Amino acid sequence: MNLTLYVWRQNGPEDKGKLEQYEAKNVSPDSSFLEMLDEVNQELIEHGVEPIEFDNDCREGICGTCGCVVNGIPHGPQEKTTACQLHMRQFKDGDSLTLEPWRAKAFPVIKDLAVDRTALDKIIQAGGYTSAYTGEVGEANQTLISKPDADYAMDAAECIGCGACVAACPNGSAMLFTSAKVAQLAVLPQGQIEAAERVKNMTEAMLNAGFGNCTNHYECQAACPKGVSVKFIAKLNREYIKALPK
Amino acid sequence: MAVTGFVLVSFIIVHLLGNSSVFVGADGINAYAEHLHALGPVVWIFRLVMLAVFALHIIFGIQLTLENRAARPIDYNQKKNIRTSFGAETMIYTGLVILAFVVYHLLHFTMHVTNPEISVGVLPADALGRADVFTMVVLSFQKFFVSLVYAGAMVAVLLHLSHGVQSLFQTLGCLGANTLPVMEKIGRAAAIVIFVGFISIPVSILLGLIKV
Repeated sequence: MNLTLYVWRQNGPEDKGKLEQYEAKNVSPDSSFLEMLDEVNQELIEHGVEPIEFDNDCREGICGTCGCVVNGIPHGPQEKTTACQLHMRQFKDGDSLTLEPWRAKAFPVIKDLAVDRTALDKIIQAGGYTSAYTGEVGEANQTLISKPDADYAMDAAECIGCGACVAACPNGSAMLFTSAKVAQLAVLPQGQIEAAERVKNMTEAMLNAGFGNCTNHYECQAACPKGVSVKFIAKLNREYIKALPK
Repeated sequence: MAVTGFVLVSFIIVHLLGNSSVFVGADGINAYAEHLHALGPVVWIFRLVMLAVFALHIIFGIQLTLENRAARPIDYNQKKNIRTSFGAETMIYTGLVILAFVVYHLLHFTMHVTNPEISVGVLPADALGRADVFTMVVLSFQKFFVSLVYAGAMVAVLLHLSHGVQSLFQTLGCLGANTLPVMEKIGRAAAIVIFVGFISIPVSILLGLIKV
């Protein structure tokens, strides 16, 4: 299949950037989206053109490194799928694809489709940890956690921190990411001690990083490659209200 | 936003219930208005609280919009929203329309500035000596343009509440995975009920179902 790509090219954070047109020829429907970009880059290199910069690492959909906005949707049109797990069979011969980086003040463009997501790390550093003594291996089973709580925490922990929620949000808010991290620890006994401090600090870090505010569009959940639910945002809000008097 | 929104939605519901006394006729709404005015200073306390809540809601709304726009200084060339609604995307605009409408509404029915010739101060009192709110309302809405303005404003209220009601419960942390879709339906249903309830008054008057 042959596709026309309109790719955001930007030399650095200060560069203005613009969309450039490229042709992706003889693309196998079985190749992944990133493999398609690899092939386009190969051809660009052969023609002496600077290859398209894009983030990627595990290519298994678990690391959260890859991702760009494909035709207006973060990670492309397939539900609950990272860009690396998106396959070209999702597209038709002759399709035009517009590729843009995550766009948010908190995610400055490094180059082309690669953005700096340090802001998410800052949120984690502000409270995405527990200071509980973990003990020896055997002690791990001494703190019993109910199955529903464990499942709830695991659902929240599915977040791979890719930033698609921010990219999808009309407000550039990182509420889904922050709420998943807060909720994951809030239901576990180890997370109780710092619960109030955590929700306050992580929310503050989120605001300081320049993310927008949540106005409940729920675009984040729709774009999340792991389907992380906005129920965690309600949980974050409950945790925040609980922490207010403390 | 959520707390002030909750108060405002509650007010709208009470306001609608009060207004529906117009369907009873002059006895209904004139008695209702007289009861309200008999509360004396409580009316003014209530008005001041409502004004404060309304002002806070507007200030927060504008601040929120500006902050959220600043969070994406360079917009997408192409952006496809999957989940959100027209109501959610237009909150600031419908909000500003409602603000303009509330100003007009108060100038009209409370301060009698826009149509002074049909206001309770000018109209004779009803048979029981009460301010004749009923006649004021009916004569006002018999003017097609006045009814049109009210109907237009209620479309803004419909859109605003279609997002606002479920959104406020989510922000207050009341919802979960199962209750969110239910509350979205309830929110939209409430918005429709409020919309239909309010426009039924000018529509009934224009159709001649309620007349002086």
